[in-house]
Order: sequence, then C-alpha cells, then structure tokens
Amino acid sequence: MKNLLTMEGVDRATLDSLLDDADEFYEVMHRPIPKVPALRGKAVAMMFFEPSTRTKMSFDAAAKALSADVVSFSPGTSSLKKGESLKDTVLTVKAMGVDLMVVRHKSTGAAWRVAEWSRLPVVNGGDGAHQHPTQALLDSLTLRQHFGTLEGLRIAIVGDIRHSRVARSDAWAFTTLGAEVTMVAPPTLLPPDLTGWPVTATSNFDEVLSEVDAVYVLRVQAERGGASVFPSVAEYRERFGMTDARMARLKPEAIVLHPGPMIRGIEIDAGVADDPRCKVLEQVTNGVAVRMAALFQLLGGSRDE
Amino acid sequence: MSEFTLQNAVVVADGETLPGLQDIAVVDGVVVEIGEDIAVRGEAVDCAGAWVGPGFVDMHTHLREPGQEWKEDITTGSRAAAAGGYTAVVAMPNTDPVVDSGYLARFISDRGKQVGLVEVVPSGAITEGRAGEKLAHLDEMWSAGVTLFTDDGDSVADAGLLRRAMEYLAERGGVVAQHCIDAGLASGGQMHEGEVSSRLGMAGIPGEAEEIVIARDLSLVRLTGARYHVQHLSTAGAVALIADAKEEGLLVTAEVTPHHLLFDHSFVEDSNPMFKMMPPLRSPSDVAAVRQGLRTGVIDVVGTDHAPHAEHETDHPWEDSPFGVTGLEWAAAVVNTVAALPPEDFFNVMSTAPAAIVGLETQGRLAAGQSANLVVFDPEAVANTERTVSRSSNAPYLGMELSGGVVHTVYQGEFTVRNGTLTDLAGVAG
Repeated sequence: MKNLLTMEGVDRATLDSLLDDADEFYEVMHRPIPKVPALRGKAVAMMFFEPSTRTKMSFDAAAKALSADVVSFSPGTSSLKKGESLKDTVLTVKAMGVDLMVVRHKSTGAAWRVAEWSRLPVVNGGDGAHQHPTQALLDSLTLRQHFGTLEGLRIAIVGDIRHSRVARSDAWAFTTLGAEVTMVAPPTLLPPDLTGWPVTATSNFDEVLSEVDAVYVLRVQAERGGASVFPSVAEYRERFGMTDARMARLKPEAIVLHPGPMIRGIEIDAGVADDPRCKVLEQVTNGVAVRMAALFQLLGGSRDE
Repeated sequence: MSEFTLQNAVVVADGETLPGLQDIAVVDGVVVEIGEDIAVRGEAVDCAGAWVGPGFVDMHTHLREPGQEWKEDITTGSRAAAAGGYTAVVAMPNTDPVVDSGYLARFISDRGKQVGLVEVVPSGAITEGRAGEKLAHLDEMWSAGVTLFTDDGDSVADAGLLRRAMEYLAERGGVVAQHCIDAGLASGGQMHEGEVSSRLGMAGIPGEAEEIVIARDLSLVRLTGARYHVQHLSTAGAVALIADAKEEGLLVTAEVTPHHLLFDHSFVEDSNPMFKMMPPLRSPSDVAAVRQGLRTGVIDVVGTDHAPHAEHETDHPWEDSPFGVTGLEWAAAVVNTVAALPPEDFFNVMSTAPAAIVGLETQGRLAAGQSANLVVFDPEAVANTERTVSRSSNAPYLGMELSGGVVHTVYQGEFTVRNGTLTDLAGVAG
C-alpha cells in the first residue's frame, strides 16, 4: 500500500490486514506503557486545511504511540493566509524532511493532488464530501469487535448522505467486508445518482429500523448546506432522528454508531447517546488503533522491532 | 505580397468538395484560380492529398486582453489560433474591463490588426459590465462592427432585460448569444450532476440548468424575432430543443465545443482540473447526442471556448481551480477524430457556418476572387499534442492521440503556419 486515499475499490484482504494490525495496536494501547518504537525516526506531517479537532488529535496520538515525530500545520496561522498555494505549502513542508502526510481539505481529490506533488505516502484525512478512509476503518473495527465479523450484518446509514465523506467511505468498506448497507435519508440528502454504489436507499427509516444490526447516525452538516435542504430541524428529528422511541424498536443486540461530533436533540436523543449500545467512545478509541495500523503499513514499520 | 500555388489538394470551394486533386493559386492576398493542373504562380507547394478549405473561424475565443494578460493576450492567442488553422476568432467580451462599449470593441479589433495573424472580431456584452442589470452600449458596439452579443460566463438571467436586448438587436440583425446555465439550479456546482458527481461528493450541475435557459430563451425568440445562438451546448435535451426550434423555423443556431465532443464526465473521476469546464463534461449519452447533432446539422458550428488559465491558477485541487480549458490548437483534430465528417461538412462547421452567423465577409469561403484565408488540413496526420503556443497550457489534449493536423494556415495570402509550425510572421522562432 502506497497511500490510503479511498475505500472505493480497496479489496477485502487489504481491509482485513489493516483491521488485524489495528487489533494488535488496540492491545498496545491498553498496555501500561502504551507505546511501541515501530516508527522511531519517522516524521509525520498533519496537514489539516479544514478545521478538525478529533481527527487531528487521533492521528497525533497514533503517530506518537508508534514513536513517530509529528509536525503540524494549521491553516489559520500559516502562509496560506498570505496567499501561498497549497502546492507550495506541501512542498515546503516536505522540504522540512517529513516521511508521510495526513491531509484534510475541503476539496474533493485534494489528497490525490498532495500525493502527486509530494511523492510521499499520503493518508486522506477527509477530502470534501468524498472520502475519509480511516473513519471507515475505525467504524469497521468497532463493528467487527462487537459482532466478530461484518459478514451478513445489515447496517442502516442515516442522515446527510449527500454531503458525507463518512457515508461514502463506509458504504464501500462495510460492503467489501460482507455487510448489507441501506442509506436512509430524505430525498434532498441522498446523492442524486446511486448508480454503481453497493447499497440500497430509502426515505423510510421506520421501515428498516427493526431489521438492522447497526444504525449509523450521521451528523446534520449545516456547514455543507445541510440546513437549507429540509424544512425544519423538528421535522428532520421526527422522521430521521435516532430517538429514544426508535431505540426501543431496535433489535436488542443491535448497536448505534456516530462519527461525532453528536448534536444531541437533532439527529440523536441524549438517551440514545448515553445508552451502552451506542458505541461512540469505542469508535474514538478504535480511531487511534486503525490510524496506527495505517501509518505503520504506509511507513513500512516492522513488527519485530 | 507573395505568390504561391497549392497543388494536389482535396479542395472545398464554395461549400462543395471538388472532384479529384486540385490546385489553388494565390496572388497578392487573393485566390486567383482553382482548378486541375493550373499554371503555377510563384512557389509551388505540394499538399499531397490533404484538404484545403476556408480558414477556420472560432466564434468563441477568450483572448484575455485587456486585463488578464498573464493568461493570454491578443498576440499569443492569435498565434494559438493560427497554429490551429484559424484565420478569424471572435473575442469574448468578459475581459477586464468588460467589452461593453464601442471604444473597447475598437481596441480589440485594432490590436488584432496590429498582430496581423488572424482576424480578431470583437463581440460585446449584452449588459453593462456583464452585471445583468442594464443594457450595455449595444448601439456604439454595433457601430464599431460588433454583430454578436453575449454575457458569456453568465446567463442573462432577467427575461425582461434579455427581451429588450433581443428587440433592439432584432431590428439590426445582431445575434444574441447565450451562455445557458441557470444560476440557481447550478448553484455551487462543480461538475455534471450524475453518478460521477454523486460518488465524488461534488455538487452537481444538472443538464436541466442548461435546458431551462434555452427553453425560456426560445420563448423570447418567438416573442421578438431575434437571431439567437446557443453557446457551448452540452446536453441531449438541449440538442432536442434546438432541433425542434429549427423545425419551427426560428432563427436559432447552436455551437458545441471540442471538449464536449470528446470527453464525458468519467474523465473527472480523478478530479484532475484539466477537465473542469463550464458547462461541465456531461454523460456519455449527452456526448453521443452532441456528436450526432453536429453530424445532422442541428448543431451548426464548433466553437472552442478557448479559455486560458495560468498554471498558478490551475495547479490546485478541483474546487479551487477555475473553469475552462484551451482548445484552439486541437479543435480541428478533435472534430476530425470524433465526427469523421466529409470535407465539405467539416469546413462548414469549422468555418463557413460560423463566418455566416457572425457576418464575416472575407472569411468562411474559398473561391476565386476571394481573400486568401485558408487552411491545409491533413486528416490522416497525427495531431501535435506535444506542446502549445498559447501562453497557458491548461489543455486536456496535451499528450493525447488525435488524428488530423494543420499543415499550413494562410491569412490574407501570407503563411502564418507552414508545415505545422508558426512562421516568422508570427514573431516566434520555430
């Protein structure tokens, strides 16, 4: 694996291998000294051109747990404000001597451009509404930990699919790992054309609620134009919110996932968020483990060190 | 002035492909004789069976002067045009300042004459500053020789304003040319709305954004009797609307770009900004429809929408890059590659039809007694996609295999291109 840019077209063996490594790093994270020297001497650049707290912290934690050095770029105080192009910024950071770049950017394909320009391994930390592969890995790991396998699971992804890089990544990862995926959203929040997607779609959440093993609740993304595409938040909650009433109708063994940050009272009720079947915090922990696996594989770390 | 005789060519004269191989004699800027084995005047130039017809005419060129000379100017744009076999280009008015008054239109044509490689024909904005609020100085521009008016880059959204422009120009016989994209439906769109945009998570521009503007404008054409030209038509629905309008007898013409003939939205898959255009690259069925529309004559002309942008503007992720690609140098090769038209139809869409729409008297026609604006085009040659002579290199064609090459371009009786290379007349070595 040269880069980790997308989940589309990534084969089962590659996903299994990343998740297997993530299982091992999950174990490392729970040791008394949660750190291994696997990437000692390597430097990872965090290039977040879009606001991010949790994803950036998670990559930071993963890199440090592997003993890599981390250099961080934050657009608010950078030369981008002075008019420097993304390309020059990338080449400048590369010239400082880094071995891998984690990139988040508002534009589709930005991580691909960075990989071309830098000729370094690149992890896509989110490009526009396109892909966010490490999110799909941590979601897959959470499901695999809980159910043993994704094979045969039925998963509903609910909410703003149209503007969601999480949905675009999960759809491919979950189905490659053997699950069936249904996208649930009002028509204005579904992508205009699902040709080629390995999923089914519906606007009737209650129709699928009692049949699924997991509900993946997406945040309503007002910053991507989500707010103007349904008439009111109250109506959205009524039809697509993961409410306490809907929680009661789920299969008893079913779980709820959310990529965070959760907006309680809109897409998820507080009672659901705090329910033990809601795996949000496990997802956060697994985020560090899968990012360790990704950095480890891309930087050619050796497990024998 | 020079004298020469082009020999052994497939000649398209007055819209007909002449039988066999013929010769053309040019003396002092004028075609003096066309025929088989005519007496040689001046230098004999063997065309070895290539096509000779009227020099190409582009109705849709962005020369970027005045105001954006880092992208292109009238000199470099004229060179690119000559290299592509053109002897006339219509300069779009979305410069800085916008060409919305007579003196600016005169500036464009005067600069074109100073450069002297192609006829540079100004077009004028429909609304002042292309702001869509009040009519531009249509009268002044008409007096300065402008016949084609457009707010290209934006649609004229206000139907009342467009109606007034149509009424005003209908009386004079001017052409209202429209960039057809409904801004509300296209809002924030980055590419064609469809399966590719859905997978890439990019905001889409549905084909309907183009079609509803055309449908509305056709109603205004019925109301006003204006001559109406659809710029860079890109969808199957738009082709159907134009076919019906022509059937009805409206004075409507349509243009397609080389990129909409060659590429569909699958080329956007890896979000390379060389494929970012407005209107966007459409679906495969749209591409099939515009190709068919060009073959059947529903689409009248190929217009390049040559839109240079500097590397520092395009070397970005998709959404931070501007819309538009260059095309003057490869348009003929693209048309030859995808449409495989017979020579008379090829020269019609590339030269005669656009010259007629714009009303250019010395262009679009190869005949004895006419000004010698002509091109020698070899449909069997491999197009040169190794380099560009434009100031900008935002061309998706670079490095591609295309068939058809410009051998010689002759403007006003002088070679601007010989053997595929710009001559000293163009002011560049090699």
